[in-house]
Amino acid sequence: MHELGIMTGVADSVVTAARNANALSVEQVTLRVGEMTEAIEDALFFAFDVIKESEPLLAHAELKVVMVTPLSRCLECGAEYEHDRFHMLCPECNGSFTQLLRGRELQIDNIEVELPDEEEE
Amino acid sequence: MRIDLKQPILDKNDKLAAELRQRFAENHVYVVDLLASPGSGKTSTILATIEALRDEFNIAVIEGDIASSVDAEKIKSQGIAAVQINTGGACHLESAMLKRAIDVLDLERLDLIIIENVGNLVCPTDFDLGENIKVMILSVPEGHDKPLKYPGVFQIAEAVILNKVDTMPVFDFDEEAFNDSVHQLNPQAPIFRLAATKDQGVAEWADWLAERIRQA
Repeated sequence: MHELGIMTGVADSVVTAARNANALSVEQVTLRVGEMTEAIEDALFFAFDVIKESEPLLAHAELKVVMVTPLSRCLECGAEYEHDRFHMLCPECNGSFTQLLRGRELQIDNIEVELPDEEEE
Repeated sequence: MRIDLKQPILDKNDKLAAELRQRFAENHVYVVDLLASPGSGKTSTILATIEALRDEFNIAVIEGDIASSVDAEKIKSQGIAAVQINTGGACHLESAMLKRAIDVLDLERLDLIIIENVGNLVCPTDFDLGENIKVMILSVPEGHDKPLKYPGVFQIAEAVILNKVDTMPVFDFDEEAFNDSVHQLNPQAPIFRLAATKDQGVAEWADWLAERIRQA
């Protein structure tokens, strides 16, 4: 259960970015989370709800989590293939030497903020 | 208005980990982050590893625990520098905690640091500490199905230690199924069979590690 720690980091970065933009509030936070990480989607939502309560800028923010399906490349036959967390071997040649191209992301993709009046450029 | 951040969530931790990695490299210190459940034999494995490697390398141990310093005391009684990090309830070590422990060690005279992470198969896997490798220990009594329940830790590990193999006859441990699951999750990781308290299989693991340290 380290999602609370992860979300505290998210909140810090989001609040800093929102303040720098002089935003009145944050409407949405979009995260990209690879399925190979240990961050569990439900726990992220739970942690976000907890943190919202103590951060006025985030009071009405919605969390969006985009889960990323892992993608690997076989270093023996060159095949690229999507897979789940449990199967890393190359489905084409059964090769063991594989490289993970995608699936360990833990990233804040973007945020939607409300700005005072229309000073958006 | 949309603001694109494209920022790693663990940015702060990752940057500090990169700084530590640089410091380790400059001082030619090899760092192993050891992950396992509580009671899997982390401390016994460390003690056995120290015994096997202490003639060739100067070793220090960093003990991550939620509270208490019993493990650090055990290591110190072997004449090895040991620093205790009490995480105060946190379920894993982060770079900032590690840095405080590193600051009190004399890196220049060390060759190997073994970090005993908090006993937990989930949380430590996402946190880079600047180590050279993560190694995970599973003990036989925990069961052969653990790779299927905690895939992340088996994937992040450079090597897997199967500990307490001497208890295999007592437990219904399907070693073939275990090896298969680990191979599926992490095809390149070697599996070392140990009974750390009986000095069984320690040499093979220690040789593998020693080779890594020499090449680093």
